[in-house]
Order: sequence, then C-alpha cells, then structure tokens
Amino acid sequence: MLLSVEQFEARHGLLQAVRGVTLHVAAGETLALVGANGAGKTTLLRGIAGAHKASAGRVKFDGTDITALPAYARVPLGIALVPEGRKLFGGMTTQDNLRVAERRGRPGKWNVETVVQAFPQLQPKLTALARNLSGGQQQAVAIGRALMSNPRLLLLDEVSLGLSPVAVEQLYASLRGLMRDGTTIVLVEQDLTRALAVADRVVCMLEGRVVFEGLAAETTREEVLSAYFGVGT
Amino acid sequence: MIFLNQLLQGVFLGGYYALIACSLSFLFGVMRIVNLAHGSIVVLAAFLLFVLADRFEISPWLALIAVVPAMAALGWLLQRFVLDRALRGGLLVPLLATFGLAIVLDNALFETFGADTRSLSPFIGDLSFDSWSLTDDITVGKMDVLILGSAVAMLGAVSLLLARTRIGRAIRATAEDPGTVELIGIDARAVYGMATALALAMAAVAGAFLAMRATFDPYTGGAQLIFAFEAVAIGGFGSLWGTLWGGIALGVAQNVGASIDPSSFFIAGHVTFLAVLVGRVALGRVAA
Repeated sequence: MLLSVEQFEARHGLLQAVRGVTLHVAAGETLALVGANGAGKTTLLRGIAGAHKASAGRVKFDGTDITALPAYARVPLGIALVPEGRKLFGGMTTQDNLRVAERRGRPGKWNVETVVQAFPQLQPKLTALARNLSGGQQQAVAIGRALMSNPRLLLLDEVSLGLSPVAVEQLYASLRGLMRDGTTIVLVEQDLTRALAVADRVVCMLEGRVVFEGLAAETTREEVLSAYFGVGT
Repeated sequence: MIFLNQLLQGVFLGGYYALIACSLSFLFGVMRIVNLAHGSIVVLAAFLLFVLADRFEISPWLALIAVVPAMAALGWLLQRFVLDRALRGGLLVPLLATFGLAIVLDNALFETFGADTRSLSPFIGDLSFDSWSLTDDITVGKMDVLILGSAVAMLGAVSLLLARTRIGRAIRATAEDPGTVELIGIDARAVYGMATALALAMAAVAGAFLAMRATFDPYTGGAQLIFAFEAVAIGGFGSLWGTLWGGIALGVAQNVGASIDPSSFFIAGHVTFLAVLVGRVALGRVAA
C-alpha cells in the first residue's frame, strides 16, 4: 500500500473531527472520500498531508511512519495537497504560484510548461495575478502548484466547489489525464455521481468515522447516499 | 535658489531615512512585525563597526564585510529564539518582545561603552564633510550622495531578490500565507529566519552610514526608529519603494519646515507623518 492510515484521530479544540479512521490506498488508485459537511473529510486529508496534527493513530506512506513529520517534510516524499478554497498566493502571478513550488518535491516531469500542457486554460494567464483569475483557472493553478512537486500521492479537497459546470468539466478532463498516468489520488468530492464515475473506490465518512467503503464500479449512488445521511447505521 | 537647495538637501536626508527604514519595511512586509528594536539594532551595528575601526584599526568599509554577516546571524537567532515564539502569541507579543529587546540592547550598549558620543567620520577621510558645489548656492555632500545611492541600490537589490529568485518567491509566498507554503514544501520558520537575517544585514549597512554621517551613542536608536517608522508609514507599510518615497517626503518636509522656522525641523516631519497616516486610515489603506 502506498498510503495507510491507521486508527487516525484529529481534533479541532474540544471537537473530535476524525475518530479512529483506518484506510489504505494502493499505488495508482483513485479513492473518492465523500460525506456531508463536517464529516471530517477535510481534516483527514489535512492530517495525511501533515497540515493537521493527529491526536492519535498513525499515517504510513510507502511503509514509513510519517505521523510526526511536518507538512513541508512530507512534500519531498511525494505527498501534495490541493487545499479547500485553493489558497493561492493572490498577490503573485500564475507563473510565480507555480514556480514557488518548483524543485521542492521530487524530481519528475512536472514544470511550468507541462502544467500548462495539462491545463491549457492557464496559457494566456501566466502573467496575471492569481487573485484576478476565474474560479476554474484558480483551481487549475492550485492543482498545477501541487503537481510541481511531482507527487506520488495527490490529495484533492473539494476541487469542483463553486466552479461553473464548464470549468468542472475542464478540470476533470485534466484530472483524468493524471489518473491515466498512474498518479495516486485521494479526492474529496461533494458530487456523488462524479465521485463514483472517476474513482476506483469510494469511502463515505459520517461524524468523523468511515461508515461505508466499496469499489466504485460495484457501488450504487443510493448505497452511498444511505451511508452519507446515516440511514441504517 | 536657497529654497531649491533646501529641497535638494531634503531629498538627500530622505535617502538616509529610506536607508534606515529598509529593514523595518522589509520585516513588516514579510512577517507583519513592527520591530521596535530596529533603531537599537542599527546602533548596535554602528558600535560593532566602531570597535573594529577604533580598536583594531580596520577600515569601516572592510569591517562591513564582517559585521553584515554577523548581524545576519544575529537576525537568524533573533527570529528562532524571540520572534518565532512571540509570533505565536498574537499581534501584541512581538511588539512587546521587540520593545523589551530595545531596552536590553540600549542598556547593554550603555553598560559596555558608556554615554560618550562616537562617530566613524574620523575613519573615512574627508568623505563625511566633502562636497560638490553645483552653483554658488547649491552644494551636494559626497556622503549624502553615497547614502542616497546606497538606499536605492539596497532597495533595488531586495526588490530584485523578491521578484526574480527562488528564495524571493518563497519569501513573498510566506508573507501571504505561511500555512499554505508548508503544503508546497517550504518551511515557513526557515523562511522567516532568512528574512530576519536579511533585515538585520540591511540594518548593519544603515548602522554604518548612521555612524559615518553623524555621531551616535547607546540611546540614539529611539530617534532612528521614529524616523524609520515615519518613512515606512508615509510610503505605505510593507512597500519597499514606498519606503524610499516616504523617506524623501519626510526629509523634504523637515527641511522645508526648517527653512520656514529653524525650530520646525522635527515638527514638520511629524505633522507630515500624521497627516499621511490619518489620510490612509480615512481611506482604509493603512497597509500597502
């Protein structure tokens, strides 16, 4: 397994956001993490990336326990998070947003040119300030910035949130290319139909726990929805 | 013509203010810290240069080769052991920490060197008083030209560093969002350490020119902090080139004030600072 999360727990002050989550992700797999708002998906993703401290449990990456490593030390190992809300450096240009992540991760094929090939909508916007880009373009920059570290595991948090249907289509067309290339992806997605369409496996969280896990091809939307709303659990 | 000379001298004086304000402006821009120990740090560098020149007979220009990296190292330590902890305590704690540091530095310098005023001007030949006469009424001090040139060069170098280099991009990104830079493999604490080191290296250069153009004593830092802060505030907090224009505006205001009434030198500068600050607050543009 490329990623193993074992009995992972995380808190926001007094609130326990993630409760004893265990999940495994194989190399080259795309895992969709679904669940209602407040289910703990973002906290789990940030915990894997090292941006949120675990209060208990372990995170193993390629067999190595990385639980104690800070976020910046996980990037060279091959973990990259595209955070919810994009979190671009708004006062910097598209190009600088990409280049600031250059040569901080692993060696590999990703650079400004290959990111622009993967996200052609960025070509005319390279010198534009990130804060002036459209939502879809900003999301493409956020994913491109994560790719600049040549990750083995890409964590995508709500990448389609707030985007127009056209922008979401464009974005997922580029993501399918990444999936075909064998990049391992853990994807938090609110759109169940899309999550089931692109993922190999789907995991549903409710109130900090994993309440459903199955192969996307064998799972119906209704099964996930039942778990999503806690029906029958 | 006399008024033109006053204006010109004001511009050169502004160059000096910009030079001492560079470090303050840079640190505020990157870490959002108003370093109240800035003036004392500039004076510390001046004393280090003075000791090397006076006791070891090293030219102040050569001494800078040792003092600039020494101050940079001190900056890194300052960030690691004082500012890093202070930043975690909210906005007020760094202010109090640097205020405390200023008191410690001022009194440590007083304890070590006493209250005598000193200057590096005896160690730099006639540079500190030599000048060019442009007309019968207008003369330009060589040291003033050198200081203004150094301020422009230092601001230009830092601007280029921020715009064109890998560490510059990391500093800008960290200034915008220290949490997110960690997600792309940047250790924000290390960047802050480098930024503080660079800020204190700039303060060392400012200390050299303070000591060459005038006299200084252990308690000179307070006035330097006020002038530097006013230059930064007039130019726009965190804006590097704004600091140059802010310094020049302050210098010109002081000289024009003095030409109207010699006792109005300082008050004219303070009034300009207050007017700009009130204007910025009214327009909601306190930070650049």
